[in-house]
Amino acid sequence: MASEAHEITSTTYISHHLEFFKKSVGEGSFWTLHVDTIVMSVLLGIIGLGLLWLASRKATSGVPGKWQAFCELAIDFVDGQVKDVFHGNRRFIGPLALTVFVWVLLMNAMDFLPVDVTGKVTHAFADRWRLVPTADVNTTFALALSVFGLMIFYSIKVKGLGGWIHELFCSPFGGNPLLWIPNFLLNIIEYLSKPLSHSLRLFGNMYAGELIFLLLGLLASTSILGTLIAGILGAGWAIFHILIVVLQAFIFMMLTAVYLAMAHEHH
Amino acid sequence: MNLNLTMLGQMIAFAIFVWFSWKFVWPPLMKAIEDRQKSVADGLAAAEKGKQELAIADRKSNEALAEARSRAGEILAQAERRAAQIVEEAKSAAKVEGDRIIAGAKAETQQETSRAKEQLRDQVAALAVAGAEKILRREVDAKAHADLLDQLKREF
Repeated sequence: MASEAHEITSTTYISHHLEFFKKSVGEGSFWTLHVDTIVMSVLLGIIGLGLLWLASRKATSGVPGKWQAFCELAIDFVDGQVKDVFHGNRRFIGPLALTVFVWVLLMNAMDFLPVDVTGKVTHAFADRWRLVPTADVNTTFALALSVFGLMIFYSIKVKGLGGWIHELFCSPFGGNPLLWIPNFLLNIIEYLSKPLSHSLRLFGNMYAGELIFLLLGLLASTSILGTLIAGILGAGWAIFHILIVVLQAFIFMMLTAVYLAMAHEHH
Repeated sequence: MNLNLTMLGQMIAFAIFVWFSWKFVWPPLMKAIEDRQKSVADGLAAAEKGKQELAIADRKSNEALAEARSRAGEILAQAERRAAQIVEEAKSAAKVEGDRIIAGAKAETQQETSRAKEQLRDQVAALAVAGAEKILRREVDAKAHADLLDQLKREF
């Protein structure tokens, strides 16, 4: 950030840190890639799953190593949570929830990195670089819409296409033809609200967390006293943020499991 | 806040990660956990079984020991009885044998005495005859007085 030649104001500081490293690949605003989001998330996904894979590659049913024991703990935790809400075959839902949890947790954890310090590194190859992929709606929507797609897929798989359409019109109020339209409208709202709340909850939390760190950074730039206060407040916020980071990853995973469990239920 | 191609990219990345986790991460670790759970359960069951078997073996060995003890006591008592019996038998046999030996000795002694008496009688008779002969050298005719002498001998 310091590399900029022009004078830094509060507005430019904040807006600079909330800008993505964009790369246009076609006409129109849709054909844009957030390189920072994609690179960070893929990197973190490879690190997280790679570490898990390291344990699973040498997995033994005998005495486990420390790393295997830790990974088993994580898997057992996720499996236990999924088992509580989803009563069925967890061979796919289990790894799905594990991937969601580990990936989202790691992406959220990027919020702990001090933006102005990592900026020194990232400015070497990019003018703008946002660290937290989950503070990008594209990431949270990608996850939520994938889960949404799986939800539709499982609904149809479990109930059949006819059963699913029947359910769209005949629940929750009943099969009376007069109630078809209200039922359908309510179901549409429910279906729309799921991915929206799923994705925006995570996005909002991570975005707000990032913004508060930025505001504290702004405070730190005012004076030595400001730096001191911002340091203390920043430490406090970071400690509190540990809770949010883990909690939001957990909530995202739980909602994934709950939505998919609901897709399996007959009404 | 604008949705763009990034979202599609993230969906693809997510799909790949889930597939990887589904195929390569979850199954081996889950299998390891379940296998270990099974082996721990088996081990606990085996330990429980072993404990029960040990208790049974303990009881059996105690029973065998008690039986052996009582049997040994029985044998000992029997042996003692038998020993006493043998001693008793030996005693009575010895007594019978002793009696027999004594009786034999007595009979022999008697026999010996009577023979000695007989000899003595013969010798006395001979002596008497000899004495008488010397006295009655001339008068007594052995042939004429044989009856008398025989009578005398018998009287001795």
